[in-house]
Amino acid sequence: MSQRVLLMLIFFVLCNTGGEIVMSYGMKQVGEPQGFRPMSLLRFVWSAAKNRWLWVAIPMLAASFYSLLILFSWAKLSVVIPASASNFIVGTICAKYLLKEDVSSKRWLGVICVCAGVTLVLLTGGH
Amino acid sequence: MSHEHRLRFKTLVMVLLMVVCANTGDLMLARGMKQIGNVEISVPGLQRALLSTIQSGSIWIGILFLIGFTLCYMTAVSWADYSFVMPAGAFGYAIQTMLAIFVLHETVSVKHWIGVLLICFGVLLVGQTKPNTTNVAVLPS
Repeated sequence: MSQRVLLMLIFFVLCNTGGEIVMSYGMKQVGEPQGFRPMSLLRFVWSAAKNRWLWVAIPMLAASFYSLLILFSWAKLSVVIPASASNFIVGTICAKYLLKEDVSSKRWLGVICVCAGVTLVLLTGGH
Repeated sequence: MSHEHRLRFKTLVMVLLMVVCANTGDLMLARGMKQIGNVEISVPGLQRALLSTIQSGSIWIGILFLIGFTLCYMTAVSWADYSFVMPAGAFGYAIQTMLAIFVLHETVSVKHWIGVLLICFGVLLVGQTKPNTTNVAVLPS
């Protein structure tokens, strides 16, 4: 993996995890939709649009999206997608300490298995 | 069905929708960006890339699927833990491998299979934990 791909990958992980954590925080304040009918969903999207945390998350996720587009043009899909595996560990640490989620040992084990699995998929070079 | 079972069921359905939208979106974006070619990191290079992405049909289809993914994700994290939803979404890697085998007829190494099994086992473990462990009522705005 070249240095520029690695640097872009770090930028992608920081923006992606940061954006998702902030969005998760905001969406907990918004609350779940009252139903799955079009009007309920529209009300849900409108409530989300009024939440200020969502507007912090969107630029971060947009930056992660654009860095992902650049990564796609620089490296194979089978390398870029699994290489973002570190999102799982960084995200779980942030969820525990920033969102105060109760990450049980079973959940940690699951996250580590997922991360190891994704890394193995990367090491095999796609398929 | 108890409240926790209902919560787990609707979270897993939402995660499945997330996975389908994200995989299709990524595939379309990759196709579009491969058509555009290497992006040069300079002001004119980025401007050219931006213009090319706006004009690409594959990119727009990819964006639509990724909007679908974002809506499903927003809905899932409105009731479930981020640390529950995020690893469960990794199930997409297993689906990608299945698509590679059954649709593209690619061969998959033993190491790759072990990776996929680890992902499935990890998702299974995470899926057994409580979907929501936070008290959302105390969140400050």
